[in-house]
Amino acid sequence: MLGLPRYMYRIVEEIERHAKEVGLDFYTTIFEMVPYDTMNEIAAYQGFPTRYPHWRFGMQYERLSKSYTYGLHKIYEMVINNDPCYAYLLEGNSLVDQKMVIAHVFAHCDFFKNNQWFAATNRKMIDEMANHGARIRRSIERRGLENVERFLDVCLSIDNLIDVHSPFIRRERIESDADEEPVQVSRIEAKPYMEEYVNPPQVLEAERKRREAEREHAKQKLPAQPVKDVMGFLVEHAPLEPYERNLLEMVREEAYYFAPQGQTKIMNEGWASFWHSRLLTGRVLSAAEIVDFADNHSMTMQTSPQKLNPYKLGLDLFRDIEDRWNRGAFGREYEDCDDIVARESWNRQLDLGLGKIFEVRRIYNDITFIDEFLTPEFAARQMMYTFGYNPKTSRWEIFSRQFEAIKAQILRDLTNFGQPEIYVEDANHKNRGELMLKHTHAGVDLQPDYGQATLANLVRIWRRPVNLRTVVGDKRRIWHHDGTEFKELPG
Amino acid sequence: MAEKIRRDQGRFREIVRGTVRKNLKKYISRGEMIGQQGKKQVRIPMPQIDIPNFRFGQREQGGVGQGEGEEGQPLSPGEEGDGPGGGKAGKDPSEHELDVEVELEELAQILGEELELPKILPKGQRRIRAASDKYTGIARIGPESLRHFRRTYREALKRQIASGVYDPQRPMVIPFKEDLRYRSWKEDVQPQSNAVIVYMMDVSGSMGEEQKEIVRIESFWIDAWLRSQYKGIESRYIIHDADAREVDRETFFRTKESGGTLISSAYRLCLQILTKDYPADEWNIYPFHFSDGDNWSPDDTRKCLKLLEDELLPRANVFCYGQVYSPYGSGRFLKDLRGHFDDHETLILSEIRNRDAIIGSIKDFLGKGK
Repeated sequence: MLGLPRYMYRIVEEIERHAKEVGLDFYTTIFEMVPYDTMNEIAAYQGFPTRYPHWRFGMQYERLSKSYTYGLHKIYEMVINNDPCYAYLLEGNSLVDQKMVIAHVFAHCDFFKNNQWFAATNRKMIDEMANHGARIRRSIERRGLENVERFLDVCLSIDNLIDVHSPFIRRERIESDADEEPVQVSRIEAKPYMEEYVNPPQVLEAERKRREAEREHAKQKLPAQPVKDVMGFLVEHAPLEPYERNLLEMVREEAYYFAPQGQTKIMNEGWASFWHSRLLTGRVLSAAEIVDFADNHSMTMQTSPQKLNPYKLGLDLFRDIEDRWNRGAFGREYEDCDDIVARESWNRQLDLGLGKIFEVRRIYNDITFIDEFLTPEFAARQMMYTFGYNPKTSRWEIFSRQFEAIKAQILRDLTNFGQPEIYVEDANHKNRGELMLKHTHAGVDLQPDYGQATLANLVRIWRRPVNLRTVVGDKRRIWHHDGTEFKELPG
Repeated sequence: MAEKIRRDQGRFREIVRGTVRKNLKKYISRGEMIGQQGKKQVRIPMPQIDIPNFRFGQREQGGVGQGEGEEGQPLSPGEEGDGPGGGKAGKDPSEHELDVEVELEELAQILGEELELPKILPKGQRRIRAASDKYTGIARIGPESLRHFRRTYREALKRQIASGVYDPQRPMVIPFKEDLRYRSWKEDVQPQSNAVIVYMMDVSGSMGEEQKEIVRIESFWIDAWLRSQYKGIESRYIIHDADAREVDRETFFRTKESGGTLISSAYRLCLQILTKDYPADEWNIYPFHFSDGDNWSPDDTRKCLKLLEDELLPRANVFCYGQVYSPYGSGRFLKDLRGHFDDHETLILSEIRNRDAIIGSIKDFLGKGK
């Protein structure tokens, strides 16, 4: 193992042994100890040693190094979903901190390897990212930095328009129904002797032909059903130059790689915290180290009035699940019991907890995790509330402590990563080759200025006007951009 | 490794400064973080560029939080939660007075967004050598005349060995298109180091504390900005009342003097310095002179005009004269200069009425790209 001093190597070995004993299952994990500036750099590149050149990495680096300099922020650990897993430890951390991080990392690796939502991710992503870097660098040499960077910015501006479920969907082409209903032509009611005049046969025939043609046309409609993977659709159908298509494809691939991490933030951090805490307090640490650990651990678990801390939420939910399944506090009998005292002291001594949490880490993502395991008791214990902006008092206020409201709000924030859902509806809108997108409005409007700019970027890719069906202040609207001018039309 | 991130960071700074990609300017937000320095709380500037995307309007969103509080109770405006690892962010900024802390270089850059650099002319031997392109790099594309024979074949050999095609018995190395390597140049971005700035300040009795302060502030910023742009720039400082003397930077910004005013003394000393150390054919010369415009006698003013016309203006790329408004001074000198030189190409005049006018005056001097 390169990059680790011998004493650290021994610690890693020991913790790895413990991690395996409790049932964690991970790829080979390679640790490296780096100084803070290297750590900041790696973090700016989202964990990857080699990526393509882009100013936003520089921006991220500047943020990280400034906040490190002023003691606002310190990155303890970085771990990459890859086979083998790579993890970076910060040089100069105390030994207790390092132990905590190492245990934390092993649990992350276990999660990457076993959680189903990661099943479709590229496990050789370090190589892939380096390849992207090389390809984009070559493009820059040929096309010039400015051109490539501009187009990358365009691609990045739509890199949230992906469908996290698409890697798992296998669509069979539905063969068109052989005995389709024949096309019906509506007739105007008439007395039999007037029939020929009111409904002339040749007109009816022409109308039938027209409708048939329409039906045929609808079959050829692109896309046949709305497509949420807007990026993928554009890679396939937009009139791009080969190098542009490459760039778009690479940005898309990277977006898909990172998506499961966004989908499982609470679970992943919860899982890692659950195990670092259990391994360290139960196995690794000596009595002398416990207080230091507790100090650091509690800092990580800090709660905030305006944001849920995924580490804490995840950890406490896993602990709650373990406890409930140990006690047998689940299922019909438990759910139907309204006796609070009985519920609290419920204990069937099933000891199913450990098995249950391993199952949970395998098949759930944050949305299903919260939906299934967030209970009213838990929310009350955690003193959760919903908050929002009150236009009447023009300040942010606590809205509600109702369980339903809290759960709905968390789920809403998690749905589609808290991003608006956008679909491609029609690639040949008005038969003019315009792109029609649809925003499924779920109560919150889009930010108009950013929306406009994004539409302009889409025009750059589609090379024809782009429309977005949305809702602005309860009114249906179509946003239209033709590359030079933006218009809001009634929808 | 470090070089890559430096390049990305450099690119980001260029964009923020507005020297490239001007269309991104509207997405730059000058965010800041609250930090701690000793016991003081400081704001740390944190410029950020947003890549626009479809997102929800901010105000309408809410969230879930944890903690005490009744329904309807306002949340204290605080920063977003901590990132991974849970650092210690400064809490409750409203409780403390905030000090604005900005890095000098950063401010100079912000200033620079509004300004153009003075054009430094190619003068002297040093410059010519510094700007030459050096063929030290290797590129994958280039003209055939620059093909690097050995590197090309080495790449081909590497590829053949890697793909198992190479046969040591019959060593035949045939480069493909991908193997081709070309000599490539690197532009030496070493900034020109042959510019000199001579700062002259009137410290006579008619210049009050406020006037001196204005001059100090202005010349400090001009100095800070030019230094941030041209590493290795040389600066000389002259203060004068009835007599001129050269001082170091410290003294220039600190000194308190009083007495009469003979502007020509400063110009003469400036000329001495220039003839001795900075021949005009090898140096870009930028003299700045600040005064309240109150010269001792018309006679001396005539001397000044003559010195300017015959000696200083021909040598200087541009001569900048800034006149600070003073209740005691006559402000005559500016009028005399205007009358005599009327729109001279290399003479820039600026009037500084008060502190608020400083930024405008700096723009007068540096905003023309001369």
